[in-house]
Amino acid sequence: MEKPTLDEVIAALKEKFGEQILQEEQLYDYRTLTIRKESVLPVVRYLYDNEHFQFRYLTTMCGLHFPNTPQPFGMMYQIHSLVHNLRLRIKAFTVENDLTYDSIIPVFLAANWMEREAFDFFGFKFKGHPNLKRILNVEDMDYYPLRKEYPIEDRTRFDKDDTMFGRKTSDFDRKKLIP
Amino acid sequence: MSEEKIITSPEIKIVKSPDGYEGPGFFATSLDKVVGLARKNSLWPLPFATSCCGIEFMATMASTYDLGRFGAERLSFSPRQADMLMVMGTIAKKMAPVLHHVYEQMAEPRWVLSVGACASSGGIFDTYSVLQGIDQIIPVDVYVPGCPPRPEQIIDGILNIQKLVGSESLRRRNSPEYKALLASYGIE
Repeated sequence: MEKPTLDEVIAALKEKFGEQILQEEQLYDYRTLTIRKESVLPVVRYLYDNEHFQFRYLTTMCGLHFPNTPQPFGMMYQIHSLVHNLRLRIKAFTVENDLTYDSIIPVFLAANWMEREAFDFFGFKFKGHPNLKRILNVEDMDYYPLRKEYPIEDRTRFDKDDTMFGRKTSDFDRKKLIP
Repeated sequence: MSEEKIITSPEIKIVKSPDGYEGPGFFATSLDKVVGLARKNSLWPLPFATSCCGIEFMATMASTYDLGRFGAERLSFSPRQADMLMVMGTIAKKMAPVLHHVYEQMAEPRWVLSVGACASSGGIFDTYSVLQGIDQIIPVDVYVPGCPPRPEQIIDGILNIQKLVGSESLRRRNSPEYKALLASYGIE
């Protein structure tokens, strides 16, 4: 059988999923599809199960946040067909009060910790995830640090409480750090 | 048998005895000074090395700089036997309870040396995940600046700890000020 090309993969996806696929673009050297949030799991499963394409390696996945856009939150998946050396990026955007995605753990077990990471840093929920809790940050953290509305700097610094740089440390209590 | 060479070295230094009254067969001084002298010259450090400052610490312990010259070559990897906690490196907030726990397990008297910018203030990692200085969770005796500090600076920090140890009153740890300090860190 001939090696498939990315164009064939995308044509097959468009034929099978139709209007679920919203946009197709070439971002630098990566072919990127934007799809509806509901069809992430079916698309990933289709690409995995397809005997011809064999996208069976989840390179990475992560959360996205682009404030001041109609759909500011999103998940990004990069999958790889090791046999044919094809790479595809899949994005699915949503709004803040609808952050629940289907977990892709049924297809890729490797997604377990990365979905926890997306939950930890952005607050995404994953339906069907067996153990959705914070993975890298302290467990009692009360916000999602990679959302753009939160400053990257630590709020426990008194010495940098400075009107020039607009930092606020007023709500910090040292005792909270001590178990 | 070959002739054995007798090695004598004028280089060996012994610490000076403290001030006191000396006569034939007796020497009188205060207990504080003797205990301070013994403690400061036999510190057991507990290395808590989490990043690059730990590499400098390895150089500090190795032959060129040789912390053994100051009586501190016996590293203790159990906090229960250690006198001096050397925190070297970035302490993430997730590591903070561990460090606090290690400090709690050390027996009195105990001293803390904060080595490098990260342990002292968070350093360049002014970010949500990093503790902005270990003095937010445990009391610190001496801070060593640098990113990372050279072994000479770490030794200077230890010499400063030795000054504290040598001149510390035996009753300091029972003082209300000291108890209030520990209580402010939530340590019994």
